[in-house]
Amino acid sequence: MGFDFNHLIELIPDINQAFFETMYMIAISLVVAIVIGLPIGILLYVTDKGLFLENRWVKNTAGFVVNMVRSVPFIILLVALIPLTEFLVHTTIGPAAASVSLSVAAIPFFARIVESAFREIDKGVIEAAIAAGATPWMLIKDVLLLEARSGIVSGITLTLISLVGFSAMAGVVGGGGIGDLAIRFGYYRYDNTIMIATVVILIVIVQLIQIFGDLITKVVDKR
Amino acid sequence: MIKIHNLSKIYKTKSGSVKGVDDVSLTVHEGEIYGIVGYSGAGKSSLLRCINLLERPTSGTITVDGIDLTSLKGEKLRLARLRIGMIFQHFYLISQKTVYENIAFSLKAAKTPANLIKARVEELLEMVGLTDKRDVYPAQLSGGQKQRVGIARALTNNPTVLLCDEATSALDPTTTKSILDLLKRINKELNITIVLITHEMKVVKEICNRMAIMQEGKVIEEGTVYDTFADPQTELTKEFIKSVVSFELPDAILNKCQGTIVKVMFKGDVAGEGIVSDMLKQFEVKGNFLHGSIEYIQEAPLGIFVMELMGESEETNKALQFIENRSAQVEVLRDGV
Repeated sequence: MGFDFNHLIELIPDINQAFFETMYMIAISLVVAIVIGLPIGILLYVTDKGLFLENRWVKNTAGFVVNMVRSVPFIILLVALIPLTEFLVHTTIGPAAASVSLSVAAIPFFARIVESAFREIDKGVIEAAIAAGATPWMLIKDVLLLEARSGIVSGITLTLISLVGFSAMAGVVGGGGIGDLAIRFGYYRYDNTIMIATVVILIVIVQLIQIFGDLITKVVDKR
Repeated sequence: MIKIHNLSKIYKTKSGSVKGVDDVSLTVHEGEIYGIVGYSGAGKSSLLRCINLLERPTSGTITVDGIDLTSLKGEKLRLARLRIGMIFQHFYLISQKTVYENIAFSLKAAKTPANLIKARVEELLEMVGLTDKRDVYPAQLSGGQKQRVGIARALTNNPTVLLCDEATSALDPTTTKSILDLLKRINKELNITIVLITHEMKVVKEICNRMAIMQEGKVIEEGTVYDTFADPQTELTKEFIKSVVSFELPDAILNKCQGTIVKVMFKGDVAGEGIVSDMLKQFEVKGNFLHGSIEYIQEAPLGIFVMELMGESEETNKALQFIENRSAQVEVLRDGV
């Protein structure tokens, strides 16, 4: 069975729904990743050796937890987090349920990206701000976040693209979205039209995210 | 103003501990420009960074303005730092903030009311001559301009002390000159005590009142810049001075000379050339200038001449005695052939 244009037209409502489910999942996960992952990234950096809030215990604990979550393959995480999902959204299927596992996976991923964006900052700039009498809050807000701004934006791009890939996996556990569509039609029913269509949609989404991400990265960088 | 007492900074490395600063005691007086000179790795940078506790000394105390900084921590230390400005070789401006915002940053650190920030930033911009660069990002500035922003940022909270970490080492000679002039002006007009570290003796000669030479974490020589130039005590100091004032004679010239070669040094207002001409008149010697110059250190002249004296050895000695009596220093570099 090859590509059938009429079949594609027929399934447009399904594709449309799947597309918006995917958008919904990655939007929620991205927001959660930024809201929780950014502070964790800051914590990982500022408590490091030689930094202004150096604290070995906090650094090691946070680092351990982040690595632990990151070492679990996403497909396992999807299943392992079913109780948490049930508790939070009272269901285990659909895009809202998939968002829980996606968020949990995205938080440590983004936190490490933020940490490495901070590492790119010349330590001298931080030192000069300390010499100028800056408070720790000023150092975080006006030096770290500002100087790493373009690095963080490209980190968001990277996280988004990973989320698109992860969200497709959510289809395995009935999470909805484009991945779900691909599995139900393309995999179980050998429907090549849907398989090709979903792959093309995913390619377009990823390309668009990358193009916009790069554009914003460039605009916010004053160097 | 700044009292450094028995300061040591030990760095722990895998192969053991390294003494970055080794039992240094120094006093910098109010209104002075104090230079610390040494090769890289001599410990001068560590010493400077200990003054505002960017590095916490392993032992010893630092007192600035009567406050023992080594006893302070956290918020108290932060407030004390507001009164100590610092500028850096690589400027270290916040690249994502405009010139205006970079300067305003220090004012915010001092919790300056928002309505006073604008006037103060503009006043500082005018002082460093960058009014037209107000809304420009550091990437669009030249090295000299960046350092001016650094200076403005360091001066925002009316510090009593300005620390300069190789502030001109990344700049070309013309820019260096203009930054040094600015530092001199700040020192005079605002009465800010300046401590600078450098490996360029020229900088010290240009603006410092007193200086210290560091080697392997220790201060090996200290004194006024004038006295150090006139009468260096250690080999290292002599080496540094040679980099700006050199009286080396080419071998070809030395080999041609028959007479006694002497180096004569006139300090302060002693009119050097007058004494030499008197000597040549009074004694049966002929003189030949081989080398010489008058250096102005802190506006005081220091004349150094290398001469060949030709005559009977007895007359030559008398002539040298005559010069010494007229408060000049004589050093025989080579006896007559």
